[in-house]
Amino acid sequence: MTALAHSWYMTVRHIRALLRQPWWIAISLVQPIIWLLLFGALFRRIVELPGFETESYITFLTPGIVIMSAMFSGGWSGMGLLEDIDRGVVDRLLVTPMSRGPIMVGRLIQQALLSAIQSLILVGLALLLGADYPGGVGGVVILIVAGSLLSISFGALSSGLGLLVRREETLIAAINFILLPLTFLSSAFLQMSLAPEWIQTVAKYNPTDWAIRVGRSALSADPDWNLILSRGGFLLAFTIVAIWLALRAFRVYQRSV
Amino acid sequence: MSHAIEVEELVKTYKGSRRAPAVRALDGLSFSVEQGTVFGLLGPNGAGKSTAVKILTTLSRPDSGTGRVGGFDVLREPQKVRRVIGAVAQRSGVDRDATGRENVILQGRLYGMEIAELKARTHELLTAFGLGDAADRVVRTYSGGMQRRLDVAIGLVHRPQVLFLDEPTTGLDPEARSEMWKEISALARQGLTILLTTHYLEEADHLAKRLAIVDRGRVVAEGAPTELKSGMRGDAVHVSLCETGGDHAGRDATVHDALAGVTAVRDVMIDGCQLHARADDGARAVPAVLQALEARGVAVTAVTVARPSLDDVYLRHTGRSFAAADTEGETGLKKEGARR
Repeated sequence: MTALAHSWYMTVRHIRALLRQPWWIAISLVQPIIWLLLFGALFRRIVELPGFETESYITFLTPGIVIMSAMFSGGWSGMGLLEDIDRGVVDRLLVTPMSRGPIMVGRLIQQALLSAIQSLILVGLALLLGADYPGGVGGVVILIVAGSLLSISFGALSSGLGLLVRREETLIAAINFILLPLTFLSSAFLQMSLAPEWIQTVAKYNPTDWAIRVGRSALSADPDWNLILSRGGFLLAFTIVAIWLALRAFRVYQRSV
Repeated sequence: MSHAIEVEELVKTYKGSRRAPAVRALDGLSFSVEQGTVFGLLGPNGAGKSTAVKILTTLSRPDSGTGRVGGFDVLREPQKVRRVIGAVAQRSGVDRDATGRENVILQGRLYGMEIAELKARTHELLTAFGLGDAADRVVRTYSGGMQRRLDVAIGLVHRPQVLFLDEPTTGLDPEARSEMWKEISALARQGLTILLTTHYLEEADHLAKRLAIVDRGRVVAEGAPTELKSGMRGDAVHVSLCETGGDHAGRDATVHDALAGVTAVRDVMIDGCQLHARADDGARAVPAVLQALEARGVAVTAVTVARPSLDDVYLRHTGRSFAAADTEGETGLKKEGARR
């Protein structure tokens, strides 16, 4: 109970800090919209490829952009933790009865909330552009849950890595090195059956692809519950492992204090 | 229980890396603090004061030794220790994107305080520390002194029994420093136990009822400031032998030799260009010293005689002047910082 309350206080702290930076909010909401419009226009005729099962590229692309944005916003959250460490905030909090978990989890929850709002905006925009989601509200909810899990897991990994390397430059390099390739090694932009075989193989083990498949299937007319439950389960397990790793990294940090 | 803090034989070594050697930050540190008093840990930069505070506030673990705060063991009962202490670290730990009030309220919440009581307590603290008008401003807009006072207010919100202040006035301008001294004295009058670390001699002298002088991770002298100073019998005689440093190995021997015959001074020490000695009557000893030095052809640029200070106490126990050790420690710390 206490840990939950503490996590919530931390979440509120981060939400407040975010609300004080309206420009930052604006940019982080506009960026995925730009992705959606840009990729949507660039690859619009890709659906004409033989074998492509969707008729509208925006319908196909939107779940991919939603998940990609969630992954990116989570992926950068280690930077905030590093700043808190440099400013002595983390040490101050560790001297109170609060445990390590909430210090990290509060930020992850805030990131997940932000990406949920992003997702709603993106889906709304896609519908305006003529996308069709027979999966309805339930499908959107599943997409958002998948995005949140991915945001939390990448947030945890990024925080953990930040705690180990303790240098912003190293963390930035690592995040850049990982995030974009993971996006392209998934079905975010292209139906997997049309991708080279090796990419199809890699994508099978890519959590980003799990989340995209879950979301896309849930939004379709005929959701594949087998796929949603299995990939969703993998995603949940991945999230738990990521948080566990991050807490281990926190221990390593504490030993170095 | 009469001791709020008991520290025995703390040892802590920070592992080295390829570029930097391992640092033995604490090397058998022991002291105890009576309840309701201000205890000063005085030492130059890099002496191990912050490491001691980190261990006693449960942030860091010692390699060996024990620490008890408020009757609880810092290693075995960290959660109980955390409830009875307030800590103000050397580096401010405030959230700069939150207001002063939000900072204090968040801290109180972490101790499970009731919101109504917490709001009243926050108001009381912010007013007491002169932050009433700035309470709802984002901390980013605060001056250094205001931020430091907020640090102390945050540390006090849950009414701790023991307050740790790690270099509370470092980096403050003289005005903000004297303000902070007033706050600390006021807290002491309320019966709070305070462990204060500082590398300012005057600060320890002014605020601490008792103090321990720390050097290279060990306590080299302990007592009330007046006690420590009166332990230094007589006056301090300082003689400047040259303008700047250089190689004076040969000269040092000559000086020692020359002064061996002067009975009016004792405890002769040479630290770079400075000669330090003690005399029962400084004014009378000076002519004899000058005469002896002149006889051996040693040039003298300045002579001062002073009542004993904590600087002399430090010099006596460590063989180096406080200022020199402080600068040396600082460069050491910078190297350590660069490593990270």
